[in-house]
Amino acid sequence: MQTTRRILIAAILAILAVVLTPLAAFAEDESIKGRLEKIDGEEREPVGGVTITVELDGEEIGTAESNDNGEWEIPVPGAGTYLVRLEVDTLPDGVALTDPEKFELPDVSVRNNQNKTTRFNLGPGLTSGVSTYERVGSLFVIGLKFGAIIALSSIGLSLIFGVTGLVNFAHGDLVTLGAVIAFWFNAAGGGPRWHILLAAVPAVLLVAGFGGLQERNLWRPLRNRGTGLVAMIVVSIGLSFVIRYAILVVFSGLPRPFRDYAIQDDIQILGITTVPKNLAIIGFTAVVLALIGLFLTRTKLGTAMRAVADNSDLAESSGIDVQRVILVTWIVGAGLAGLGGVMFGISEQVQWDMGFKLLLLIFSAVILGGLGTAYGAMLGGFIVGVAVELSTLVIPVEFKTAVALAILIAMLLVRPQGLLGVRERIG
Amino acid sequence: MDLVKILIDAGRTAVGVPAAAYALSSIGLNLQFGYTGLLNFGHVASMLVGAYGMAITVDSGGPLWLGVIVGIVAALILGLILGVPTLRLRADYLAIVTIAAGEILRLTVRSSWAAPLTKGIFGIQQFADPFFDVNPIPVGLYGIGRFRFDERTMWVLLLGWGLVALATLFMWKLTRSPWGRAIRAIRDDEDAALSLGKNVFGYKLQSLMVGGAIGALAGMFLAIDQQNVNPDAYIPLLTFYAFTIVILGGPGTLFGPIIGSIIFWFLFEFLDGFMTAAVLEGWFGDVLDSTDIGPIRFALFGIGLMWLMIYRPQGLFGRREEMLIGEQ
Repeated sequence: MQTTRRILIAAILAILAVVLTPLAAFAEDESIKGRLEKIDGEEREPVGGVTITVELDGEEIGTAESNDNGEWEIPVPGAGTYLVRLEVDTLPDGVALTDPEKFELPDVSVRNNQNKTTRFNLGPGLTSGVSTYERVGSLFVIGLKFGAIIALSSIGLSLIFGVTGLVNFAHGDLVTLGAVIAFWFNAAGGGPRWHILLAAVPAVLLVAGFGGLQERNLWRPLRNRGTGLVAMIVVSIGLSFVIRYAILVVFSGLPRPFRDYAIQDDIQILGITTVPKNLAIIGFTAVVLALIGLFLTRTKLGTAMRAVADNSDLAESSGIDVQRVILVTWIVGAGLAGLGGVMFGISEQVQWDMGFKLLLLIFSAVILGGLGTAYGAMLGGFIVGVAVELSTLVIPVEFKTAVALAILIAMLLVRPQGLLGVRERIG
Repeated sequence: MDLVKILIDAGRTAVGVPAAAYALSSIGLNLQFGYTGLLNFGHVASMLVGAYGMAITVDSGGPLWLGVIVGIVAALILGLILGVPTLRLRADYLAIVTIAAGEILRLTVRSSWAAPLTKGIFGIQQFADPFFDVNPIPVGLYGIGRFRFDERTMWVLLLGWGLVALATLFMWKLTRSPWGRAIRAIRDDEDAALSLGKNVFGYKLQSLMVGGAIGALAGMFLAIDQQNVNPDAYIPLLTFYAFTIVILGGPGTLFGPIIGSIIFWFLFEFLDGFMTAAVLEGWFGDVLDSTDIGPIRFALFGIGLMWLMIYRPQGLFGRREEMLIGEQ
């Protein structure tokens, strides 16, 4: 009697299992989920924008980003033991794992139909819970680094505007292009896997060449046809869609870091905690900007560039080959944007729309400093970078970019020609 | 590959909800860009404030009609805020500020800070029930063969194309008024209009605000159809759908946005159906898979926008001498 009942129950369970398994598979019932919270004493604060990856036997199953409530969920193909990893470099500033070793949970076992909850313990990072000086100091360094990236990326936009009058809405995508090309040389499966500093060279050269090609084959013919400003701007936004979505097809939507310098240990300088790569980016950019300053003031070509930006008719009548100057401006400007993209990729990750997201900051930097001026773009870049980062002391991180817009609008109301701009150009 | 099926599906979209919504949205942009020459790169922002204005009002317990009014007022205020600092300056400043404002607005409604009102990344749903409750169309399918709509879609379409017709009538009256002549004069020669004593800044601001209100109506219409507002729907791309439609149909023409929208959605859906079928049949081998179709379609869209602006800035059927936006 006992045995028959057991067999009967077993048979029913087996049938149920057979019937339900495909349904379960269809509904993707198994998943791993969790909620990221920064716990700082009594305070609990959800942590959004952090990437979590799930792997099975070294193969990536899925990845997710925690939402603004800190929640994330990754469907998995079935029951089993998975590895769950928190991508430490996606943690926002001021948030860190309480145990830095525990960024990977190697054996998370998931049963059938289970939505397994896993937990990463997050606490205040080294930047909070410390003195205001240290918090402001480390944000200031991050701001300077971000400003350096913006400055590098902005000069081209400003100079191209200066010599041709075009506001290039596809400029942000040149930044992405630089990062993506460097990624191919540095970390892609079929690439040569060079060190990132070496990979930056072809990236900058190729983006510079692309800028030159653009000028020769698109913008110069359009200028010769007498195409108006408004039409050119619309063409540039069309071009930005072409570049951006072509990158999305080739690179895919997944953000990925370079192989080098992705994760670094903190160092302390003058009581301020930061990572070495931030200082390296600031230092390197400072040298590049100084060289550009020398180029613009000391070389014949640089002086010609400023002359054309000032008054292209006068420059032409004094014997300057304006078309050639414009071509060089495009090549230099695009190359610098590509370099900015490589720096941006080192600082964060490579992503298909990173340049478009940066474009707003580039615009506010350029308008703050004065459209058409190289020094204005540099100055504006640093001011915007620092202001945006320091603003996170008082307003939610999500509104970082809104600060840039506020600067932009305030500047247009007060002094539309920018800090270093000339009044006549804006009307 | 079933070409007939793809063509019919494309045709259905070309008279369906997207075409009606973007015809309406483009009528607003046409007033700004086609008639006044304003480079508003943040048209999506007015669609967003319209949709969210309505959804939040209903979600907090207000009636739908009040939501519609809130949406329109919100769009008018948005136009005012964006116009005042930029409209005295060159065209590109407006473009920069509006494209930035559109993204900032999207990030704002998406943020956890605004989530008590906007429900953050989850968005607001089921706010248009009163509209569907009064659907007078009997249950059933209307049309021939695959080219069919159910009673719900018919009711939505009636609203959509009805709004398009009303907006077109409004534009017909508006552009033939002295006000309409003034904004066209500003587009063609701002200095001349200024020297005749016209308040150029005021006209531009009014055009930006009214166009934004029409855009807000389009945003609300789309939201009503989907019974859903979600921040990630309002990406900058939507603005440039409207730009392409306006240029396709002919900027500064009365029926341009309607014709442009129908052609645009037909081509867009056809391309999508064609490429999906081609990928399924293995035309591209391993080079492309089905997830690449979306991005490729957007890249082709970018090429289309560039081509139109360079070669046919007056629209597919327009006469060049009437169209001055492409000229210096």
